[in-house]
Amino acid sequence: MLTIPSVAPASQPSRRLPGDLAIWFFILAEMLAFAVFFAAYAFARAKNVEMFNTYQQTLDRNLGALNTLLLITGSWFVVRAVQAAHRDDRAGVPRNLLLGFLCGGGFLAVKVVEYAEKFGAGISLSTNTFYMFYISLTFFHFMHVILGMVILAILWVQARQGAYGSHDAHGLESGAAYWHMVDLLWIVLFPLVYVMR
Amino acid sequence: MAMLKNPAHRAWLILVVATLITWYLGEVGAAGTTAIVTMLLIAFVKGRLVILDFMELREAPRLWRILLEGWMIVVSSLILLAYWISLK
Repeated sequence: MLTIPSVAPASQPSRRLPGDLAIWFFILAEMLAFAVFFAAYAFARAKNVEMFNTYQQTLDRNLGALNTLLLITGSWFVVRAVQAAHRDDRAGVPRNLLLGFLCGGGFLAVKVVEYAEKFGAGISLSTNTFYMFYISLTFFHFMHVILGMVILAILWVQARQGAYGSHDAHGLESGAAYWHMVDLLWIVLFPLVYVMR
Repeated sequence: MAMLKNPAHRAWLILVVATLITWYLGEVGAAGTTAIVTMLLIAFVKGRLVILDFMELREAPRLWRILLEGWMIVVSSLILLAYWISLK
């Protein structure tokens, strides 16, 4: 009798992608778009080093760093929400999602203060190449923070109804992955636009 | 220190410290090749922590780890290349 040689199971049987596969393709597409944007900024800077260095000095690094801390902490709360779901801590899931959402709100508030200061000074997209990139790049990211917060709000409503636990945390993990992407993008954006010179 | 057994807590702490280092480099006006490379390395370490411990891809199929960590490497390399061109 012919036995079909069984394909040896991978030595790591429990390798698992958190959340749904579709969200990871979406995240990858978003990251590619930002990669192009980041590279465009870096190469535009290479052609206008003095201008970029001069106008970068007008940005508020303290607020940029504060926003990094807010997104990092927001991500941390959302990881804790996922961990709470895995150990069936039903109260911990919505509580941490709410805290993550509030960090996102803090980020938006800080960014609005920054924009108000710049727009108040008469700066716009057409002021120069540096501000064109600063405004469009940070605003593109700003929209992603808003979408991330909408996702967190939906997860919060679901979590309050006890949707997530050790039996099923797929939806929660998918939304969490998107939120972490927003954090990841800012981790590159902050040094690139605010600090590197 | 028991708290640091949770990889997410450990990652958060390192991310905060790394952010403060980048901020400090800005405050002292760090510029030039060493500064850029240092900041890119810090960003890479931070990005990797987010990918492995926040997105929880440490135990995920290798392909996804490679795609996301590869993204960090490609983006950092392009920034470094652009910086290098700007020096010429």
